[in-house]
Amino acid sequence: MRYMTIYKSVERNAPPSPEEIAAMGEFIEQISAAGVLVRTDGLLPSSRGARVRITDDGRFTVTDGPFAEAKEVVGGYAIIDVATREEAIEWTKRFLKVAGTGESEVREMYEQPAFDADPTQPSLHNAASRR
Amino acid sequence: MSDVNSAIDAVWRIESAKVIASLARITGDVGLAEDLAQDALLAALERWPEAGIPDNPGAWLMATAKHRAIDMHRRSKLLERKHEQMVPELEERQELSVSDLDTGLDDDIGDDLLRLMFTACHPVLSTDARVALTLRLLGGLTTDEIARAFLVPEPTVAQRIVRAKRTLSEAHVPFEVPRGEDRDERLSSVLGVIYLIFNEGYSATAGDDWMRPALCEDALRLGRILAELAANEPEVHGLVALMEIQASRLRARTGPKGEPILLLDQNRSRWDHLLIRRGLAALDRAERLGGERGPHVLQAAIAACHARARTADETDWDRIVALYDALAELTPSPIVELNRAVAVSMAYGPATALELVEPLQSEPALRNYHLLPSVRADLLMKLKRFPEARAEFERAASMTRNSRERALLLERARECGA
Repeated sequence: MRYMTIYKSVERNAPPSPEEIAAMGEFIEQISAAGVLVRTDGLLPSSRGARVRITDDGRFTVTDGPFAEAKEVVGGYAIIDVATREEAIEWTKRFLKVAGTGESEVREMYEQPAFDADPTQPSLHNAASRR
Repeated sequence: MSDVNSAIDAVWRIESAKVIASLARITGDVGLAEDLAQDALLAALERWPEAGIPDNPGAWLMATAKHRAIDMHRRSKLLERKHEQMVPELEERQELSVSDLDTGLDDDIGDDLLRLMFTACHPVLSTDARVALTLRLLGGLTTDEIARAFLVPEPTVAQRIVRAKRTLSEAHVPFEVPRGEDRDERLSSVLGVIYLIFNEGYSATAGDDWMRPALCEDALRLGRILAELAANEPEVHGLVALMEIQASRLRARTGPKGEPILLLDQNRSRWDHLLIRRGLAALDRAERLGGERGPHVLQAAIAACHARARTADETDWDRIVALYDALAELTPSPIVELNRAVAVSMAYGPATALELVEPLQSEPALRNYHLLPSVRADLLMKLKRFPEARAEFERAASMTRNSRERALLLERARECGA
């Protein structure tokens, strides 16, 4: 099963310290060595980003960062291969222990069922696969 | 399962291989190591629901298992003293002291995991036993999960594992990473077991499912772990590359009704490009390590040719044929020949390929291999020899044990007309 964990925290002004970088590097080594980590990235400050929204009448609003109104912003994500949801949660706990603050959303990623998906039965899976 | 119990289950999946590996080095006995680790798990199941999950659950399991080992060692020493004359063999074990147990656990865990992989895949064991033991000890799967994955009764798997552990112990298989000439052969046994697990998931040999993706994931994880432990072995990265690239097609390999979709007919936008990228990176790593390209690197290079082609028409078949030539030279086998024939048909046409396939008909190793008539049928169909093609598709359908594949083959037989 593949999960995406999305990490959110209060945005800091300072970049991470060398110690923090080293601790996170060590964690990433561990989770890679366990064969679990597929991909991970950290995100640069929201001041360099933007929010784009489509309005009900089909127009767009573009809001430049930083996202001052949000308490916590997405700081990074990881894609992991695990056998169970609980394993995804356990790895997330270990990540947060290193991060020290914030929360992670643990979400199973959509994967096409390997067999027996009946296309005549409308379901979340089929809706997703048509996208 | 309660929340705590499922959390314990997760911790166990993550930590068990490391705990077993450390204990196996200390006790020199894989079976005993697993028993001790299981004891620690039971202790966790007893204590954690009340006391809460410890801060570092892996270290807790390890320390608890270690204490069991010390207790047991003390008891066995007591026993030895009683039966001194009867068990002179055990004297050799006296080098094991409590202080060894302490320092031993702090040593490099990676080396222990590597030793465990080599031991679980030791040639003294049957292939079935190697697979079961590897999934159990390194993959953290329960016997029940292994049984379901391979469609065999649970007691069969349990017995297989018990017997395997006994065989290792009776054959005095040392808990070590082999060196010298032995190493290459032993490594290829490890790679073979992991790829076998992957393939059982990728093309389930029997049953109603065309694939069992969970097994592919288990094999991929084992391969990725091995790639960290034996980072200088090109073949290890070759195997990982091969599996990542093949796994990238999992989503595209079935249609909406669960029917298999063959490589050239797949919708390539459904391929998992993240896995392709990882696969190509692993292949690159293997090739940068240099040396003669081994069988897994060659197979990965073939898979990479498909992965790089944006459409089936863009496939570099000349290169694939050349890679199969190299593979056939390195590891000659009728199955490689058959695959080579498929590539040849794409590069040089079905008539040339059919000439390569005909001699394989008398190959005893392929007598029950449904893909031989299936490939032959495909070539005959392309040559518009429809009645022969139809008969071959039907023959292939009668030979496969996978019902999904049978349906596909019968469908193709019908396409050949009456």
